[in-house]
Amino acid sequence: MKKEFKVIADLLPKNVRVLDVGCGDGSLMDLLIEEKNIEARGLELVEENVKICIYKGLSVIEGDAETELHQFPSQSFDFVVLSQTLQAFYNPERVLKDLLRIGKSVIISIPNFGYWKVRTSLLFFGKMPVTKTLPNAWYNTPNLHMCTIKDLFHFCLEKNIKINKVIGVNEEKTSEIKKGNLEIKNLFSKLGIFLLG
Amino acid sequence: MDDNLKNIKKLNISKTLLLDCKQTVKDFPLAYETYGELNKSKDNAILVFHALTGDQFVAEINPLTKKEGWWVTAVGPDKAIDTNKYFVICANVIGGCMGSWGPKEIDKKTNESYGLNFPVITIRDMVRAQETLLDYLGIEKLLCVTGGSMGGMQSLQFCATFPNRTFSAIPIACSTSHSAQNIALNELARQAIMADPVWDKGKYLKKNVQPKNGLAVARMVGHISYLSEQGMQEKFGRKLQEKADFEFSFNADFQVESYLRHQGYSFVERFDANSILYITRAMDYFDLSKQFKGGLVEAFSGQKTKFLIISFSSDWLYTTKENKDTVIALNASGADVSFAEIKTDKGHDSFLVNEPEFLKTLKGFIDSMHIKFKNEKRI
Repeated sequence: MKKEFKVIADLLPKNVRVLDVGCGDGSLMDLLIEEKNIEARGLELVEENVKICIYKGLSVIEGDAETELHQFPSQSFDFVVLSQTLQAFYNPERVLKDLLRIGKSVIISIPNFGYWKVRTSLLFFGKMPVTKTLPNAWYNTPNLHMCTIKDLFHFCLEKNIKINKVIGVNEEKTSEIKKGNLEIKNLFSKLGIFLLG
Repeated sequence: MDDNLKNIKKLNISKTLLLDCKQTVKDFPLAYETYGELNKSKDNAILVFHALTGDQFVAEINPLTKKEGWWVTAVGPDKAIDTNKYFVICANVIGGCMGSWGPKEIDKKTNESYGLNFPVITIRDMVRAQETLLDYLGIEKLLCVTGGSMGGMQSLQFCATFPNRTFSAIPIACSTSHSAQNIALNELARQAIMADPVWDKGKYLKKNVQPKNGLAVARMVGHISYLSEQGMQEKFGRKLQEKADFEFSFNADFQVESYLRHQGYSFVERFDANSILYITRAMDYFDLSKQFKGGLVEAFSGQKTKFLIISFSSDWLYTTKENKDTVIALNASGADVSFAEIKTDKGHDSFLVNEPEFLKTLKGFIDSMHIKFKNEKRI
């Protein structure tokens, strides 16, 4: 989702150091370097993606964020970005803690399980939802810990993680999410982007 | 072969070098070879470091052995390190036996080969000697340094000692210090040589002989460690060497025996036994964290060099874990580091054979670094 990367880029100041956890083929890093002159580093599990990044001259480490975040020193990046991967970890809470240790701030995006189409799929059809942001079936989805924008919002409050900004994304439209509009935005956002710490 | 040695490129290093063992040397030869052309802006030079039994003849045909250079799979026209585009330099390490200052050379004081009178040298000594070659060739900053195994160690050492002399580095299948297992295997090689009566405390060259049996065994040890268990099983299994059944003798019944004997005894034609002692010692002594007392993070602090560390999944001599430890240290010191593990069953030898995924990664990184280096130079 290109819009997501645009929103993330807009959240970042120029010339900062960013670690992109699960950087894929480096599309977000490309954008951040191009538009914000950001010093970007990536961590990526898929060998093929690692090579694509290397061919492009991006700095990327082949590795598993679930087990290898310890190698990054505390507060060594201005921002750590985690795009639509939190729900795929065995232990998202531990990963999130590590991200907050490594980065002065953390940007996390999640596919929103509270989106109305997801809800109606389950309510009216009695089936696990398959949508653009959740393209896999129940038996082959990498998503182990699906959550809603509201879930993550409450989780941060509970764990005393400072929420700086939350943005809801639906196709091309974005809107800021606050306590007051959380219920309605949780229903109409496909994606939630959290700026934490 | 020794007559041919006179025709190879040699730089006489006239400046005094203080070795790690505290001895000083000057006026000694460093044999080297180059491939391709240095361009006008001097942004295309790549220094390749060779491994234990390598030499300066990276590509094309080795003029001394008449065989292909040790890294023809990676270096040459249109290869991963494309000599149409890049200027590739490689020097024979000091301690070696292809024309550089080593135990085989004549000690001017005694007019005889050094033998064990040659000082015990280190990886840092090797790298310091090679840095003078850059001055001689007029290269202030290299595009890249690279090498596998001991060549990877030299790459790491070069960056730690001369942080401003290269734009990027690709240490391949190596570590920042030898494990107990690495040292043990090297000791096995050394003991094999020293147990050969011909070795004669290193003085064999006076009689114009080589401790061939010991040297061959040393090479066999090496060859076992360069292959993976799976690779060896697939290549040889229990296949017999040109026979239908066991001979009930100690001849080479199995193909794997025949392979080792061939590798061992062809090696003695081109290598000096004392050089194996000295070079394996240098590898065992190599310990970057010991050098930079505070540890590895200190060794790489303030690095501007862009690193790519490459490991091979079936390499049990320098495992992925050891390579990753280097990545972790580089990360901790804030260096710019990439890391890729190549999935292969070819073991430690993977960097020398035709391993397409490895070669593509090598090429992709070097080409992208060249673009970045040119941009940096323009600014």
